[in-house]
Amino acid sequence: MSAAGHALAIRGLTKRYGDFTAVDDVSLEVGQGEFLTLLGPSGSGKTTILMAVAGFVAPSAGSILLDGRDITPLPPEKRNFGMVFQGYALFPHMSVADNVAFPLRVRGLGRADRDAKVRAALDLVQLGQFAGRLPRQLSGGQQQRVALARALVFDPSLLLLDEPLSALDKKLRAELQEELKALHRRVGRTFINVTHDQDEALSLSDRIAILNHGKLIQSGAPGELYERPRTRFVADFLGKSNFIEGSVASSDAGGFVLAAGPERIAVRGQGAPEGTRRLLSLRPEKIVLLGEGAGADNVVEGRLLAWSYLGADFALRVATPGLGEIRAVLPAWQAAFAPAEGLPIRLGWSADAAVPVEDDAP
Amino acid sequence: MTAAGRPGIGWWLLILPALLLLLAFYIAPIVQVLAISVTEPEPGLGNYERIFTSESVQRVILTTLRICLITTVLALLLGYAIAYAVTLATPRARGWWILAVLVPLWISVLVRAFAWVTLLRRQGLVNNTLINAGAITEPLPLVWNEFGIIVGMVHYMVPFAVLPMMASMREIDPRLLAAARGLGASRGEVFRRVFFPLSMPGVIAAAVLVFIFSLGFYITPAILGGGKTLMVAEWISLQILDLIRWGLGTMMATMLVLTIIATLAVFSRLVDLRRIFGSGA
Repeated sequence: MSAAGHALAIRGLTKRYGDFTAVDDVSLEVGQGEFLTLLGPSGSGKTTILMAVAGFVAPSAGSILLDGRDITPLPPEKRNFGMVFQGYALFPHMSVADNVAFPLRVRGLGRADRDAKVRAALDLVQLGQFAGRLPRQLSGGQQQRVALARALVFDPSLLLLDEPLSALDKKLRAELQEELKALHRRVGRTFINVTHDQDEALSLSDRIAILNHGKLIQSGAPGELYERPRTRFVADFLGKSNFIEGSVASSDAGGFVLAAGPERIAVRGQGAPEGTRRLLSLRPEKIVLLGEGAGADNVVEGRLLAWSYLGADFALRVATPGLGEIRAVLPAWQAAFAPAEGLPIRLGWSADAAVPVEDDAP
Repeated sequence: MTAAGRPGIGWWLLILPALLLLLAFYIAPIVQVLAISVTEPEPGLGNYERIFTSESVQRVILTTLRICLITTVLALLLGYAIAYAVTLATPRARGWWILAVLVPLWISVLVRAFAWVTLLRRQGLVNNTLINAGAITEPLPLVWNEFGIIVGMVHYMVPFAVLPMMASMREIDPRLLAAARGLGASRGEVFRRVFFPLSMPGVIAAAVLVFIFSLGFYITPAILGGGKTLMVAEWISLQILDLIRWGLGTMMATMLVLTIIATLAVFSRLVDLRRIFGSGA
């Protein structure tokens, strides 16, 4: 298959169902060969956006452009996009080979061409020996790979994936995540994936677009979103986060100090006008446990409330008089203490750890 | 069920009353019919020989099979169109469609047969309208023949064709149709390559149901055939009630039962096909 990715632009896409706005003025660019994931909770409009790109949903407003050409009015069969549906939607009355041959058959391809392409596509997903089976005779993971082969066999301009891994168990999901990523590298096509699984989004994507209530909240590279969430929703949905609210006590070019109850918290970065309210997001794994006499930019004392041993990690919930409950996660091998309820704990984090976010919580 | 998974004695006792009832009122009379067909008027297979020798017996069988086949085909065609429309309709419209399909079932078959007579007879609504419109000069022979019987029977059978086909169509996962379009198939191709093959189990079930039902039809052919075109059921009643030829009548009844059993045997093999081809999920 040729490595010709295509670029997609979504401009001001809006979809209303009566009074309900499923997608609200979303604009997104997907670059050539990029792997974009639309991430959001159920009802966030992510699937509606994908269906509008696929042509199954007519937008109420806005347009969709492929390489600069407006494709909004085209029906799905004229768009030449490959799609992997939730639950795969394999045709139960056709063999694996016939399923994969379907898009070629409706395009009127000759038998010899068709057979060669079907074989290549099945080899791509390592299912060559299952060509004669019926979908029901395959495992979930194999069915998923057939759906992928069927979506890629006709050299589509884009590959659309609607929660492609949601029906699989955890271990298989991780395995297929790797495969999907490798496949994306191999075929060099533009992929658009929809999921509500943050781990899947983080591990697969070149770029993630986070949606909530039909609005695009933030888009960017996985690391960028994780490290610098723009809003409370993003920080909370992508990973876990502590939130600290307070008012700016002092500020200079290198950052500001937030007064949260009796605590003073140093935040490196841009300054902020004194007296204004600020919300900080603090990732649990950026908090360290401080021993006697050790220091950090920010130090908070508290008492151990609860703990869970997770094998690799140790998750703590610490009650602090100034900041309420704080969650911290540390590598289990570093947690050199015997946990007990009420144990005095000193938590510390650097001035880079907490980032200010917009409070968009309802 | 016992631990071994085989029905225990208690289970058999539970269904015993139903079994006895079935034996006494259903199996026994049928066995008796079979017995009469080989004993009256004299012991032997003389009655069955008539299938190969008597032209009138052959004519009744051929007429019945022809009418049943035509009825089945027409009922399937009409029923498929209706079932398809119902399946694609919005939930609100679907309710009305189903009502429209079911209402005829609640009207007596007698009433419906006579209604067709008033519509189709020489001075009926259809002929009068056509004559007044100048389309024809002589009334068309629309009733008291095979045409009339088929009209009445198709009308009766359409709901029986619609229901199994609709059930089968509603099992088809709509995502499959969307997937087919997303993969480049036009609406026509989606129907031809995906929807129609997946609706086949319903079509087969409907065909068997309508065909078996049609074979033993009595009232509609009797009224709309006007005694001139005889189907098997009416012929049997004629032999037994009017001509008191019990042997011949029961022979034909036995043949009818055997044909139905044979059709069902073929059908049960096709039901296995359903498992092979799948019906949606």
